[in-house]
Amino acid sequence: MNELIQTTVFYARGLAKIYRMGEVEVHALRGVDLDIYEGEFIVLLGPSGSGKSTLLNILGGLDTPTSGEARWRNHDLGRADERGLTQYRREHVGFVFQFYNLIPSLTVRENVTLVTEIAEHPLKPEEALRRVGLEHRLDHFPSQLSGGEQQRVAIARAIAKRPEVLLCDEPTGALDYETGKVVLEVIARINQEFGTTAVVITHNAAIAGMADRVMHLADGQIASIEKNARKLTPGELRW
Amino acid sequence: MKMLDVKLLRDLSRMKGQAVTIALVVASGIGGFIGMLTAYDSLHGSRQSYYESTRFADLFSGVKRAPESLAEPIVQLPGVSDAETTTLFDVTLDIPNVAEPVTGRMIGLTDGRPPRLNRLTLRRGRWIEPGERNEVLVSEGFATARGLQPGDRLAALLNGKREDLRIVGVALSPEYIYANRGGAFPDDKGFGIFWMERDGVEAAFNMKGAFNSVTLRLAPHARAPAVISALDRLLAPYGGLGAYGREDQISHRILDQELNQLKVNATVFPSIFLGVAAFLLNVVLARQISTQREQIAALKALGYADRTIALHYLKFVLVIVLAGIAGGIGIGVWLGHYMTGMYTTFFHFPQLTYRIQPWIPLLAAAISLTAGVAAALQTVRRVASLPPAEAMRPPAPATFRRMILERLGWAHLLSSQTRMVVRTLERRPLRAALTTFGIASSIAIIIGGTFWGDAVEELIRVQFDEIQREDADITFVEPLSEAVRYEIDEIPGVLYAEPSRSVPVRLRAGHRSYRTAVMGLPQEGELRQLLDADRHPIPLPPDGLLLTDRLAARLGVKPGDRIEVESLEGKRTRRTLLVAGLVNDLVGMVGYMEIGVLNRAMGEGNLISSVAVRVDRAGVDLFNARLKETPAVATVGMKRTALETFEKESARNIFFFTTIVTIFAGAIAVGVVYNSARIALAERAWELASLRVLGFTRGEVSALLLGELAAELILAIPFGLWLGYLLALGLVRSAHSENFIIPMVITPRTYAYAVLAILIAGVVSALIVRNRIDHLDLVGVLKTRE
Repeated sequence: MNELIQTTVFYARGLAKIYRMGEVEVHALRGVDLDIYEGEFIVLLGPSGSGKSTLLNILGGLDTPTSGEARWRNHDLGRADERGLTQYRREHVGFVFQFYNLIPSLTVRENVTLVTEIAEHPLKPEEALRRVGLEHRLDHFPSQLSGGEQQRVAIARAIAKRPEVLLCDEPTGALDYETGKVVLEVIARINQEFGTTAVVITHNAAIAGMADRVMHLADGQIASIEKNARKLTPGELRW
Repeated sequence: MKMLDVKLLRDLSRMKGQAVTIALVVASGIGGFIGMLTAYDSLHGSRQSYYESTRFADLFSGVKRAPESLAEPIVQLPGVSDAETTTLFDVTLDIPNVAEPVTGRMIGLTDGRPPRLNRLTLRRGRWIEPGERNEVLVSEGFATARGLQPGDRLAALLNGKREDLRIVGVALSPEYIYANRGGAFPDDKGFGIFWMERDGVEAAFNMKGAFNSVTLRLAPHARAPAVISALDRLLAPYGGLGAYGREDQISHRILDQELNQLKVNATVFPSIFLGVAAFLLNVVLARQISTQREQIAALKALGYADRTIALHYLKFVLVIVLAGIAGGIGIGVWLGHYMTGMYTTFFHFPQLTYRIQPWIPLLAAAISLTAGVAAALQTVRRVASLPPAEAMRPPAPATFRRMILERLGWAHLLSSQTRMVVRTLERRPLRAALTTFGIASSIAIIIGGTFWGDAVEELIRVQFDEIQREDADITFVEPLSEAVRYEIDEIPGVLYAEPSRSVPVRLRAGHRSYRTAVMGLPQEGELRQLLDADRHPIPLPPDGLLLTDRLAARLGVKPGDRIEVESLEGKRTRRTLLVAGLVNDLVGMVGYMEIGVLNRAMGEGNLISSVAVRVDRAGVDLFNARLKETPAVATVGMKRTALETFEKESARNIFFFTTIVTIFAGAIAVGVVYNSARIALAERAWELASLRVLGFTRGEVSALLLGELAAELILAIPFGLWLGYLLALGLVRSAHSENFIIPMVITPRTYAYAVLAILIAGVVSALIVRNRIDHLDLVGVLKTRE
């Protein structure tokens, strides 16, 4: 792919985040610079505590940086207020969490409808669920599904609004090998079919093979960025 | 339906036990509020329209004997819009098939026409025919109590002359909504009101061309005190007994007291309920939100605005409160309807219609919604400010500290299980305190609603066993020579007779004055005992007078002060007398003197106006028969007759209120205990399941959780008893009236009842939760992350 003709979706310079935990200051991010282009599949790789969740949260508008610049297209994520961030998440971002964060009191279909109700041009909930292969589980409650199925509901919920970016925080972290692969396949397919920019956090180095680019985080900084000459399909991954 | 609302309903149905118990607390509060306030409003409204439609008088005065020609000058008094005179006397009645003599008040109707003021409402039968001197109308309360119908006959001793009377109609008067000759109790059985042609009354009592009672309507903006003084000056030469306004008119005053009491109760009790409901809502919502941290974070990440999510949790509270309001309105309407119906046994209105003004349920709803929102606000605000990135992470483990007992070095006294219980309590001291307070308040409510029975029992015991010890009180038409007592002694059945003299007076101290009576009693009397504040008998002073303590307070005098005593009968003497001491009467406000001292002060010989007697039970029939035909006897008050009716009716009412209050307070106790237990269970399910896995038995695990509740329950008991005492004291103070005081008495039985009721509510709630602990899904609980 030719970077020169690609549009930058995420742009960050000197991004820093300091948490105060009691008397201790925790430097979660210490000057992160990055550019992510439209339609890319990015894997953020790093051990726990490396700052990858903090970075994802800032990119997703769930958190704000202590200093530095963070932009999504022409939106300034660093200086947006709560209302602006909510609007940003609502219109552009699809989130997938490690523990799925489904609403246990809503059925599969209702969990997706929860999002289509507030989105502008959503998919039909049934359509979103068909794309993750769960069209036969519409009226089940989360507690009646396996972990992999729950994560696929979460992905359906994330894509139902036709987001421009899909942010996944350890999407396979709570899943076994086979189920994890199924979930990754779904994410890869969304990325390809819709051209949705996808950023996936993981500490599982094997997953890096399916990315366009892999960013290694260590101690709050981007240690290195590598570009995969050939993207592997999830089926080809081994760990 | 919006998905968030679907979530709301599902969440609610998952915790319906908690939602229902809280809604019940709200419903009880609202029900009490609406019930009592609508009963108040119905009573107040019925009285208002009754007074207006019947032209109820503003001022009243008795007089010994004033010429009818005085009627014109009275109407001409500035500030008077209308005035009406009549002649009335209290007499002894002889009703067929009624053994005891009964008192009747015969009120004259000028020319047999309906009165202009205090108009009568004819309920049954017909009006008296002008010229038919033996036809009478009878008050409905008395007719009902004695089973009298138009067409029935009875005899009355009119000034010692026996007259046969024929009832032609049954009527109601705004002057006798509450029929009673003074004192605290209604006396429909022993006191009947009769209306007959005035000529007949005048002829019997030698009152031709004269009147002894006048009632006045004031012109708009007239000043009552000015009219009262002017009227008193006009009537004084004719033996005026002092004019008074509605506030001193017995029927009006007692109705006022009841209305006032209703208003106080309608405020006090529901406030407690709403306070407890607010606390429960707060705790349950806080718990709900802390379990749903991750859901909240997900909603935020999905793009739901803080406001939308906050509103979602606020709706949670609103649904419960609205359910409570709906139930409360139902309960309130039923309660108000029932209470209004109950009042018709004491208060006689032509129409006591139950009405619900929309503002009452609306106010109730507004107050409870405000309380609910206030309870939720702080917690909901936490939802809005919850940073989504943080909510994604599991909450930090709860911090525990070493207990006070441990720091004191006494920990070895406790088992490790007890230690866990104590630490949990100490960890959330505010919640433990509020839970304890909630349970305590339900104990207090039961006491506050039940002690009335004790108080009324004590009032009757003190007033009628210790103070008024006679069986009957025989009052003469006019004061008679002391020698009459020997004739009374001769009446069959009389074991002992004791004379007394009652003089209507006006007492003055500085600018304050009060119209009442001074009772002259024999020094060594047995039938009337005067008690001080500690219920010790006090002797009559050789000089000066004793005053009811409330009367002294009203006049602003204390023992050792001097007051002016103006007699309103006979020679109308004015004397300055020493206040020698205070008497702790429960009913009425009067003065007491030794009978000889009183007669000398009046400048009269040894006169008596009534005789109190003790009657042999076996000879009571003879006694009754004889008194029915004794001339010179105006009335005979039979203590038993009045008390029995009252006790029966009040016992029924007290039972009703006790039951209602206990059910309501039970709702609080169950609400508090059940919700505390459910929350404790939810918070500690993981811990408890772990213990089960480690080999603890169900009983041991339950003991851990329920131990916490038991501790709170046990702490709540003494606190609740104390709160109950305070509540009762507050209610007694607010019920304080000049007419009578409610003695502050709570029997151990009442305390025990309150504790027992709460223990039962606590145990039942605990058993329900215990059942849940027994069915704890060990694997399931341990698998969840929370």
